[in-house]
Amino acid sequence: MIKVNGIDIEADGTVFAGKTVAEYLSTTNYDCKRIAIEKNGEIVPKAKYGETLLAEGDSLEVVSFVGGG
Amino acid sequence: MSAGCECSAVGELRTPSREEMLAALVVRQGAENVQKLQAATVAVCGLGGLGSNVAISLARAGVGKLILIDFDCVDVTNLHRQQYKATQVGLAKAVALPENLREISPYIELESHQVRITEENVMELVGKADVVVEAFDNAEAKAMLVNAVLENGKTLVAASGMAGFGDANSIQTRRVSKKFYMCGDGVSDVNDGVGLVAPRVMACAAHQALTIIRIICGLENMTTKTSVI
Repeated sequence: MIKVNGIDIEADGTVFAGKTVAEYLSTTNYDCKRIAIEKNGEIVPKAKYGETLLAEGDSLEVVSFVGGG
Repeated sequence: MSAGCECSAVGELRTPSREEMLAALVVRQGAENVQKLQAATVAVCGLGGLGSNVAISLARAGVGKLILIDFDCVDVTNLHRQQYKATQVGLAKAVALPENLREISPYIELESHQVRITEENVMELVGKADVVVEAFDNAEAKAMLVNAVLENGKTLVAASGMAGFGDANSIQTRRVSKKFYMCGDGVSDVNDGVGLVAPRVMACAAHQALTIIRIICGLENMTTKTSVI
């Protein structure tokens, strides 16, 4: 099981283990310029989305920003 | 003047001494917390609706030093929610906010920078801070700052989602991970044309300021669950 924001992203049978964070993001509507990602409690550097591999048991938090302040 | 009023006339006013102000803070916040707050440095990135309110809360609470950063000037459209005066329109926020903070809290140490924060200069600006506040208004700038600060291992309190007239109870503080806190409702985007109203922005700024005070006073690890794992 791989969780993103608490939800199992492999629940429908799609396998993300072995894929990169960038490959996961390409299946979503996230705007890469407006997010920060933590994997198992550690920030994933923006420059490493394409090389950071997802593994069984990983827990991701994708934090998305909106305007206003 | 009403009977029994012992207030001073304008000409008789005296600003309290540093010692008097600290003693008053100790009564409300406790000696140990005041000591920790006095020793802390907080960097406030963006001095708008969030940042100006956060800075004033932290100054009142006795935070020893603030690093204040904003490239912008006070605009008439800021006055409804930001801690500036009509007499300061046109002034750099990095000049105007220190003026206002000095009136409120004359003994705080302030470092002010009128500069646009970029990935290149961010750590030079906030490197000495114990906690960094993300208080921008632009979503992409928020994400840039959050990534840069977290990649450098600093503790960050960010905000997202405080536009509109929605009720204030939807504004929350979430601890995303050990060093990363997010305040706001997460979704209310000013670019959706929902407006921006002072109390809602201030509620979010209050969440940020209280979180920072709790971090500095060492109250966070004891009570807040992380959302991760």
